[in-house]
Amino acid sequence: MRRAELGFLWCCFVALAAAPFWAGEGIVRKLVAFLTVLAMVQLWNLMAGFGGVVSVGQQAYVGIGAYAMWSASAWFGISPFLGVLVGGAVAGLLAIPTSRLAFRLKGAYFAVGTWVIAEVYRLLVVNFSQMGSGTGVTISAAVRMDREMRGNVTYWLALAVALAAFLVVYLVLRSRVGIALTAIRDSDVAAGSLGVDVGRVKLWIYIVCSAGTGLAGAVAYLSVLRIQPDAAFSVNWSSLMIFLAVIGGLGTIEGPIIGTVIFFVLQETLYRYGSLYLIVLGLFAVIITVWLPQGVWGVIRGGRSGNVLVPHRVPPALPASLSPAVAATGPGASTNSTSTN
Amino acid sequence: MTIKILNLVIQGLLLGGFYALFAAGLSLVFGVMRIVNLAHGDLSIVAAYFAVILMDALHLSVFAALLPVILLLFAIGYGLQAGLLNRIMGSGVMRPLLVTFGLSVIIQNVLLMVFSSDPVGLKGGAMSTGGIQLSDSISVGYLPVLTLVLSVVLLFGLETYLRRTRGGRAVRATSDDDETAQLMGINHRQIYCLAMALALGLVAVAGVVMGVRSTFAPSLGSFRLIFAYEAVIIGGMGSIWGTFLGALALGVAQSLGSAISPAWALLAGHAVFLAMLAFRPTGLLPKTVGV
Repeated sequence: MRRAELGFLWCCFVALAAAPFWAGEGIVRKLVAFLTVLAMVQLWNLMAGFGGVVSVGQQAYVGIGAYAMWSASAWFGISPFLGVLVGGAVAGLLAIPTSRLAFRLKGAYFAVGTWVIAEVYRLLVVNFSQMGSGTGVTISAAVRMDREMRGNVTYWLALAVALAAFLVVYLVLRSRVGIALTAIRDSDVAAGSLGVDVGRVKLWIYIVCSAGTGLAGAVAYLSVLRIQPDAAFSVNWSSLMIFLAVIGGLGTIEGPIIGTVIFFVLQETLYRYGSLYLIVLGLFAVIITVWLPQGVWGVIRGGRSGNVLVPHRVPPALPASLSPAVAATGPGASTNSTSTN
Repeated sequence: MTIKILNLVIQGLLLGGFYALFAAGLSLVFGVMRIVNLAHGDLSIVAAYFAVILMDALHLSVFAALLPVILLLFAIGYGLQAGLLNRIMGSGVMRPLLVTFGLSVIIQNVLLMVFSSDPVGLKGGAMSTGGIQLSDSISVGYLPVLTLVLSVVLLFGLETYLRRTRGGRAVRATSDDDETAQLMGINHRQIYCLAMALALGLVAVAGVVMGVRSTFAPSLGSFRLIFAYEAVIIGGMGSIWGTFLGALALGVAQSLGSAISPAWALLAGHAVFLAMLAFRPTGLLPKTVGV
């Protein structure tokens, strides 16, 4: 069973990695959008679904990643492909001072505070004529490249970012930090009293997720080629991250995939009706939050909903030294996840 | 120069009176339920569009349209709390945030589909254009002055209600400790509904005033929420007059910034908010009165 599952995953990976050879240009571009949104949703879910850090301001790092990539290419002549890494690094660096301010706010106020800070970043770009002010910039170094090569490399970057997001979530949840994170989500006071350094864990996860969102934002705009501040720093990015994570299932590693698939199916079927897909996604998210807090994946898993958390999905593969700790958080974490999510 | 700055400060204080109308409801809801309604700003846009419909269809003046709009938003607030938010109260901060964020996106995009993104305004007659000339270079409009007076009167009314009446006492008790309040026979769910209804009643006034002051469009809701939120944080969470002071500070900052450019008006307001977070995170007047 395990071997079959692993084999299936490998087949998926090979098929995805080879997409530029079997799919047309249009499909590859759609896949870039899919994979970058998936990475963002996965990282938002790590922060909020596992860590209880609800941000409505992650669009700040989408914009920062995109603009840092552009700056690296336009000002320093760095290839836009490498510029994607610069985008992630700058997003991670700026997340440090941002978190200093935002983490002074608690709970609900934190969420809106991050939104305001994203607005500040947008306004700074709008006021900065070297960055194209309100009209935006074109990634001209990428425009000059061979079209097919650019499309394929961008696609592989998107695939790499999405896989990295999965790997980060998986590894974080398998580590001490992951256990601390779920404990904080369930009750930060109780976690703190058990010796978890709540502030540090939250800060760390916020910075990692922001850097990853910066990478994904840079790749997304490398595919679009034109960056405009109102779109790159739009709260709609947060709407997607929040709605798709909630619909798929908060605090599960599979949920974001399901949520992102639902999003693309809706977008393809409703594209004629403007923003109707956002209304439908919003309705789904509200209904699911109130009546089905485990999301679509939780419903699919049905009676086995106690197993939604990753850390106790694969006991045999676990190093012996880790398993008691994981087993100890297992039942507690899962019962609480039904009440808090 | 001094006269120019004085003029900007006066206009800023008047703008702050306008922001206080939005912020008071947000502050009340947080004070009672510890949640932030992310659809707060979008509901003020709903109120403004409802006034547009009433004035067009029934040829009402803006004053005559105000009362039905307040009643409608009051009912929406009660229904929203009773039908949706009360189901998820007490389960942490995340679910109310997710639900109200969802509502915000739904409302904004439904308004966009129904009314398009073209800006519209409400006709306020002579009141909206006239003003008093205080000196050669300083003049204040009737409407901004009326707005400031209105917000002081409404906040005073809200405070009196919370301090002096039986219902207000129940609200304050629920705010302090909802479990003990329940032991004293208070139906806390009903109090939540009441608080949300009152908050949206204030939002209705704010939305109609907004429509008379300037044109509006569906996308403006987010800005209304952000300004109201900044006023609450600058003022000190959970204090009515602190929120009022915060709104005035925000108005003055934006007015001074607007002397440079429209984008600087927003940045100056945000700068005051961030400076408060950095140097005085408790706000100007931390929790001094009831709510």
